[in-house]
Amino acid sequence: MKNKVLRTGISNLKALTISDWTSNLHSLMFRDEDAGAGKGNFPWGPFKAMVQKEISDHFRNWRFIILFAIISMACMGTLFATLADGMKAIAADSSGNSFFFLNLFTKSNGTLPPFFGFVGFLGPLFGISLGFDAISSEQQRGTLSRIMAQPVPRDSILNAKFLAGIIVISVMFFTLSFLVLGSGLIAIGIPPTAEEFMRILVYTVLSIVHVSFWLNLAILFSVRFKQSATSALLGIAVWLFCTIFYPLIANMIIKAYEPSKFAAPKAIYFYEKLKFYLGQIMPNELFDGITSAILVPSIRSLGPLSMEQLQGAIPSSLPLGQSIMLVWPQFTGLLALTLLCFLLSYLVFMKREIRSRG
Amino acid sequence: MAEKSIDIKGLTKKYGEHIAVDNLNLTIEKGEIFGLLGPNGAGKSTTILMILGLTEVDSGSVKVCGIDSSRYPLEVKRKVGYLPEDVGFYNDYTGLQNLMYVARLNDIPEEEAKKAALEILQEVGLEDVKDNKVSSYSRGMRQRLGLADVLIKNPEVIILDEPTLGLDPEGVKKFLQLIVRLSRKKGITVLFSSHHLHQIQQVCDRVGIFVKGKMLAEGKISSLAQQLFSKNAFTLEGGIATLTEDVEPPLPLKEMVQKMKAIPEVAHVELVDNGFVVESHRDVSAYLSRLIVKSGYGLNFLSKREYGLDDIYYQYFQEDKNR
Repeated sequence: MKNKVLRTGISNLKALTISDWTSNLHSLMFRDEDAGAGKGNFPWGPFKAMVQKEISDHFRNWRFIILFAIISMACMGTLFATLADGMKAIAADSSGNSFFFLNLFTKSNGTLPPFFGFVGFLGPLFGISLGFDAISSEQQRGTLSRIMAQPVPRDSILNAKFLAGIIVISVMFFTLSFLVLGSGLIAIGIPPTAEEFMRILVYTVLSIVHVSFWLNLAILFSVRFKQSATSALLGIAVWLFCTIFYPLIANMIIKAYEPSKFAAPKAIYFYEKLKFYLGQIMPNELFDGITSAILVPSIRSLGPLSMEQLQGAIPSSLPLGQSIMLVWPQFTGLLALTLLCFLLSYLVFMKREIRSRG
Repeated sequence: MAEKSIDIKGLTKKYGEHIAVDNLNLTIEKGEIFGLLGPNGAGKSTTILMILGLTEVDSGSVKVCGIDSSRYPLEVKRKVGYLPEDVGFYNDYTGLQNLMYVARLNDIPEEEAKKAALEILQEVGLEDVKDNKVSSYSRGMRQRLGLADVLIKNPEVIILDEPTLGLDPEGVKKFLQLIVRLSRKKGITVLFSSHHLHQIQQVCDRVGIFVKGKMLAEGKISSLAQQLFSKNAFTLEGGIATLTEDVEPPLPLKEMVQKMKAIPEVAHVELVDNGFVVESHRDVSAYLSRLIVKSGYGLNFLSKREYGLDDIYYQYFQEDKNR
């Protein structure tokens, strides 16, 4: 009886949602048609041309070449340091976990920070350097008004800059990841398992999302400020604040709330929660969480855990799906921050009056 | 016949309290070269931006080739070529590459675009430097590249915002000739903004004088001059000197002034130190010079006073005050 009611309820619900969906879909399509009649379809050709131009500009730019060289050299450096005399450390350490290959990304012999450290640290700088003069340099050169006088929607230029940046970043990060993977493979001689490989891919995609946040922030500044130098400095200032000053401030706040050893569990729990959430506001903290959970499968939680939650847990590593579940909030937060920046740049740019220079 | 390329009705734009363009009405017919004349800060550029839909219209409407440009800016931009004042190019690209990029933005097929670009580059006289980077171009070359850039999309209307700014006189002349030739050849409507009356006079069929966001006068150049200086279309200035070695004493000045006034069409004669100013309805310089010499004076100089923009709007302000 109960089952039957439930089933009919579900089928009702399904019918409802599906009909809703179809009507939504229909109205969406209809609206599209309507717009199409008035404005013509979205001009993909010009958009493609813009993205192509931006990408080729990035690759020819000395700024990009230098930064890429720095990042790849740093990564290679860590890799070789790890391989040279960290091998034993890795081998010794990996006795407990089966994810031998991931150690290449997370472990180092202490002279240089590990690979993921470098990516987390230099990635934002890379994003900023790709975006800080996106719009302002066009304005200063007087090309913005010329481009805007062509039959392309105004947002195309923002979208093209963003998309080109993402593509460039993706190419770079995948190159780096695969380079590390490949040279590790040659040096160690043990191929990564499928899961390790997937983890590395997921990690790469998520680091692209992280850098795209910084790219978007830089584009926002470049829309808002007329001088490229201002937006570059501001971008670097925000980055410095996030990586250096914010942790200091957060530490001070946390210190003030530090409970004594004999405090009630509730107070300790509150303190731990505060410590966790204060960290979660910053994009780089979010990314750190993501990296550690994805690259170190044995991490079971990013926040504080109570003893009850730990009870009955088997001390083994999580499967990839669970690790992704673990970082999903962080990932969503990072994506939300990215979209927020994008939205703000839209708001500022779409209503802007475009004069030739200045 | 009376097909309107640009139709502006009651256009107004405000920046806070400041009214940049005040209730502007203007129509430009197809194939016409229209000159928008006005001092800096008169609202010429703002008007142009509104025509292109690059800035928001506060009230009124702009129609380009029958299309509302605040509603369908993309359609308008497909038909209008715009050369901004102080145009910029991608300096690391060659002239041809810059043109090709714009052609791609206009969704012109690659082959066709290449052909058109080469043709246009030849037309504006840049075919020798088409593979040089734009950073090596001179100001005049950039301006011509700007014109090529406008023409590659095969526009129905071209809008040039202060295109002659910063060019040398020779460059200005060539540039203007180029515009006229192209416009006549392809039947393109041209809207041309400038603060130089002479340049506008050289090329435009019709002129609008634009001061403080208002159109003071518009019409054909000749009728405009009559509108503005109805009483005295010509003003001649002269310097006279008494030649001491002459035996015969010259005619008294007052008598000469009388004689000058007697010349037909002369409206007003005024004596200034060592000279005179004559206002007339037509050019009487030949009569004047003969009269002066006959009267026993020497003629130091005789010149027609040219009216610049200053005089024109000065004139208008005066009329405003008198009202």
